[in-house]
Amino acid sequence: MSMKNSVEVKNISFSYGKTEILNDLSLDIKEGEFMVLLGPSGCGKTTLLNCIAGLLDLTEGQIWIEDDNVTWKEPKDRHIGMVFQSYALYPSMTVEKNLSFGLRMMGTAKKIIDDKIEKAANLLQINELLKRKPSQLSGGQRQRVAIGRALVRDAKVFLFDEPLSNLDAKLRAELRYEIKKLHRDLSNTMIYVTHDQIEAMTLADRISVMKDGLIQQLDTPKQIYNKPANLFVAGFIGSPSMNFLNAKFDKTNQNLIIGKRHINISKYENINNLTDDQQVVFGIRPENIIIDKNENSILCKVELVEPMGADTLVWTSIEGTPISIRLEGSSNYNLNDEINISFDINRSSIFDSKSEERI
Amino acid sequence: MNINSKNFQPNGPRPKHLTIGRIGMYCFIFMCALFFLMPLYVMIVTSLKDMDEIRSGNLLYIPKALSFYAWPKAWSEACTGFVCEGLKPGLINSIKITIPSVIVSVSLGALNGYALAFWRFKGAYFFFGLCLFGAFIPYQVMVYPLLKIESAIGIYSSLPGIILVHTIFGMPILTLIFRNFYAGLPIDLFKAARIDGGNFIKIFFYVIIPMSTPITIVAVILQVTGIWNDFLLGLVFAGRDNQPMTVQLNNIVQVDYGVAEYNVDMAATILTSLVPLFVYFISGRWFVRGIAAGAIKG
Repeated sequence: MSMKNSVEVKNISFSYGKTEILNDLSLDIKEGEFMVLLGPSGCGKTTLLNCIAGLLDLTEGQIWIEDDNVTWKEPKDRHIGMVFQSYALYPSMTVEKNLSFGLRMMGTAKKIIDDKIEKAANLLQINELLKRKPSQLSGGQRQRVAIGRALVRDAKVFLFDEPLSNLDAKLRAELRYEIKKLHRDLSNTMIYVTHDQIEAMTLADRISVMKDGLIQQLDTPKQIYNKPANLFVAGFIGSPSMNFLNAKFDKTNQNLIIGKRHINISKYENINNLTDDQQVVFGIRPENIIIDKNENSILCKVELVEPMGADTLVWTSIEGTPISIRLEGSSNYNLNDEINISFDINRSSIFDSKSEERI
Repeated sequence: MNINSKNFQPNGPRPKHLTIGRIGMYCFIFMCALFFLMPLYVMIVTSLKDMDEIRSGNLLYIPKALSFYAWPKAWSEACTGFVCEGLKPGLINSIKITIPSVIVSVSLGALNGYALAFWRFKGAYFFFGLCLFGAFIPYQVMVYPLLKIESAIGIYSSLPGIILVHTIFGMPILTLIFRNFYAGLPIDLFKAARIDGGNFIKIFFYVIIPMSTPITIVAVILQVTGIWNDFLLGLVFAGRDNQPMTVQLNNIVQVDYGVAEYNVDMAATILTSLVPLFVYFISGRWFVRGIAAGAIKG
């Protein structure tokens, strides 16, 4: 990955009539980078992608692709290829015609078209399907063809709009792997919209988590998972999701006070930014809770057990707030067992109750 | 559980019963069919009788002796006003009017519907509303203004004149049905085509038209029957040389002097209605499919 920017989104705004979807949003995507736009539905991620593709006209701002101001250019002149959730294959054309459509529209020579189709078909293993119509393909095959259509066009930037959301879980994992491999082999810039955090975590070089048309956090998957910038990101990323406990900080003892319980957080990295009596939200991921008896541990009762194969999820509660604990699949706990739990404070996150920002 | 009780357990396909309700329904359907087929039956038997037998009454009786002379007379000898060439020239005129009118109006309707459904230009909704409104305006209101416009540009009372009129009157309803059909197609398809480099016309021809078969068939059926059955516009705009079959049929039936030959009238009427009948028979299946075709999967 070079330091050069491939796509630059500069202060763009977009609204449908009076509804403002994006407001003064900026985003730089590096050459060869795999950027995932992640967020719940209605957060503006698909709108942003459509703006980059040129399928929607901006209200304000600029889009640059490969050092070219494409703000007013037609989608076909933006060096992009796009893959849609609904595949969007032309139903009346064979796979071959689908792949070659873009090139035929540009008036490319037959020989070159054939070469490119063969190359793309080999890469995606769809050689046998070339003579078939889209209606004769399975969902996974259709999406391969849709990716092929972007490949054939020699796009500089690939745009994916929730490409795997219509597939079943097994196929989704398979195609996710292939898209990652494709990026490794082609090293094109890719922008990928999804609401699925697993896809985001596995594929992305960087994730941009969005909500209400604003980028909440832009960072590597690791950083976003371990150091979420605010409560929204913390709650959105991770499944099962992070546990949250409302607490008050006691500076003298360096404790968080949750009802009658006390948690010592002297090991927390930014403890000096906390003030006495500050109202905070203590966030801890299920896998960072340890069942172990020590001077800091809290005695709880097992309320529910969810075996998931590789892991087992044990549910308990602290002062009425449900808490999930992720344990090994082989661990054996039963209803109403008494357990002592403690927290890996290094890996916890503490948020200010009011601003919801990480401290 | 004893063995016998197994016979009383539901098992395999549900048994079919002929219920009272079902019998009642069949009776009703049969009566309906009879009601609508009666006029056709009367027309056919009357056209095969000679005048003496018709005059003796007994409308519903089958002919005592088959007489076919009414058919060739209706086809090539019956008098339509001052000329006595039967319906033959009318058929040719009707074909000359219907085929170009259908092609032009359906093509333009498809193009309009496509523009309204996919290229959401400013004022598209207003234009669509206007179209909807246009579909409900009675023809008669526009006959006189149109007549003045056509005489001003010099195509009144000619073949292009009547074709233009049919195209104009077909536009609201055709735009409407094409727009609604296209609005049901996935918008992603259109986006993909734009990225692939299609412009307004290329996307229409290469992507949209190949997917329009069902709705085009519906539109063609609507237009063929509508234009073929038209009387008023043909009478006003086509001119004496291009009078369609319906106008000539009227001239045969409405005799001012001599005897009314009912058998010839019936034969002429059946001849005139053959084209729409034929269209319905071969396309009924397609018609239903096209109407129901909100969802064609890609």
